[in-house]
Amino acid sequence: MNKQLNSYKTRLHTYRIKRAILILLVASAAILALCIGNTNYSPLYVIKVLLKIESKGSFTINTLRLPRMLAGLAAGFALGMAGYIFQTLLRNPLASPDVIGVSAGTSTAAVFSILVLGFQGPFVSVIAIAIGLAIAFTIYFLSKVHGHFSHIKMILIGIGFQAMLTAMTNYLLTRSAEFDVASTLQWLSGSLNGIMMDNIPWYLFSILTLFLILLMLNPNLELIILGDELSKSLGMQLNKVFNLFIIIGVLLVALTTAITGPIASVAFLSGPIAVRIFHNNRSNLVTAGLIGSFIVLSADLLANNVFSVHYPVGVITGILGAPYLILLLITISKGRK
Amino acid sequence: MKKITIFTIICITILSIIAMLSLVVGVKIIPFSKVIAYMNHNDLDSITSAIITKRIPRTIFGILAGASLATSGALMQSITRNPIADPSILGVNTGASLFVVIGLAFFNITSANQYIWLSIVGAWLTAFFVYAIASMGKQGATPLKLALSGSAISIALGSFVSTIMLPNNQIMNSFRFWQVGSIGGASMESIKLLLPFFIIGFILSILISQSLDNLALGDELATSLGTNTLLIRILGAFAGVLLCGATTALAGPIGFIGLMVPHIIRSILGNNMKVVLVFSVLIGAIILLGSDIIGRVIGYPSETEVGIVTAILGAPVFITIIRHTKVNAL
Repeated sequence: MNKQLNSYKTRLHTYRIKRAILILLVASAAILALCIGNTNYSPLYVIKVLLKIESKGSFTINTLRLPRMLAGLAAGFALGMAGYIFQTLLRNPLASPDVIGVSAGTSTAAVFSILVLGFQGPFVSVIAIAIGLAIAFTIYFLSKVHGHFSHIKMILIGIGFQAMLTAMTNYLLTRSAEFDVASTLQWLSGSLNGIMMDNIPWYLFSILTLFLILLMLNPNLELIILGDELSKSLGMQLNKVFNLFIIIGVLLVALTTAITGPIASVAFLSGPIAVRIFHNNRSNLVTAGLIGSFIVLSADLLANNVFSVHYPVGVITGILGAPYLILLLITISKGRK
Repeated sequence: MKKITIFTIICITILSIIAMLSLVVGVKIIPFSKVIAYMNHNDLDSITSAIITKRIPRTIFGILAGASLATSGALMQSITRNPIADPSILGVNTGASLFVVIGLAFFNITSANQYIWLSIVGAWLTAFFVYAIASMGKQGATPLKLALSGSAISIALGSFVSTIMLPNNQIMNSFRFWQVGSIGGASMESIKLLLPFFIIGFILSILISQSLDNLALGDELATSLGTNTLLIRILGAFAGVLLCGATTALAGPIGFIGLMVPHIIRSILGNNMKVVLVFSVLIGAIILLGSDIIGRVIGYPSETEVGIVTAILGAPVFITIIRHTKVNAL
């Protein structure tokens, strides 16, 4: 008994250390994002500028880098959590919002409202959320045949939607004026370029609210991890919880897509990495979020400082994600019954 | 046999009507009588005859493209023994895109012939890769694994396409029009380019149709019937990718034709591969040309590209197929 308790304590200990390291990594990426760029500043100087003690470089730091960093931090966190929710609920590491059509739906809606309706900021998000939710639930209901819901059908139908929505986005792109295309394509690849402070407060507030709700629901997610049968026998109303999680997942994706565009691979990379680092049966929701933040921030640092072209961050995450994606496909194909 | 005869007559009639409609309908509607007059080489005002002269290659190309894509879909579904195999679901189109963009950016390709070969090589490599990944493991390539591999590889290749395209405004501009899939720009030249690929692909597929029927019985039974399953798969994939790669190079990605058409045929006429292949030509042409006409009408006075229309028509068909397939077959 004592031995078991001891081993539990050591595991808890390593878990805490690992998480502390992760938080440290995210924090340093965030600080670096404020310090590095065309002109480099020391962290101390950055703090002075943020506190308005120094004014030189205020435009670069306060107007350009701060909103960019905050957006990257929150977007990565939101996408990481959303990906983890979908992967857990659908029991497939590939079933992340970017594979099964939810991200495509929100970006089609956002492109439509930007290019055709000429909206900006919060309005774009509202439309993206409405359409993202509508599409997610259509996919969900279509995958119920004679009252039987099937995870596999949901994934496949999502892929069908994905193909249709991508065609619509491409169509909208051909209809836009040439000068809009470059910026829309940048945005469509998922980009932190040109993010303005105006959009940041309400975005951060919404993500934070959703995060708090998720923290309260987290025990349910742990039950779901244990399996459908067990969680049912423990008296959980699976359907209701399932719907609630899907809604929150879609909200996270839609809010983020409206701000940054669909940043490729973050949603589906974060979850499996979190599970692999912490390999436990608990809910890795927060860890997945932190890993998402780290991926986005560090990819954006790469995108901004390493290449001669200022690539949107989504291109970097997409390429970083590609080998992992292929590896994951191979292990799933081999390993699954 | 009687059913097939009736069905053939119906298909040919519909195809003729649609082909005529394709000459009549558009931004400017040309009265039917004038089309007939044009055919009889009567004198018409120059605008009308110019419009008809432009619509004729579009119509012929549409028929060829529809036939090629549908045949390609029938072949892919047959060799993978998988109801949802289609170039757009398998990610083959993105593979073709990537190679075309690489050609545009780094090798300055200009001729349509270079487009075609690059696109075919890209499609071939992607198809091989997606199928290889999906068929690992005991179960082989189930629809779920195939679709997920296709979708995931598509996302990965899409990032590479963006990397090459984003720094270059000129490529971005030509690419965005190519990637919606349209037959609006078809000329006699593009028909001449596509025709040999269609003929080779179609003849090859008819030649192996008996073996494809055997393949449907399962690999073991097919082998005992004397079919070399590996060779047939390679030949079938070669023909299938040749057909869709060449069409995609010239028209851009037009999805779901290859998915829808074989299903329609099998539900009416059964599984005989020769029948499926022959009718793929007819029904593929009908659906593609029909979608093109719909595209000319719905957004009037501007035209909607055929690739958009087939995606919107095809996705519900795909979803219906998924819904009606048993879960453990996925």
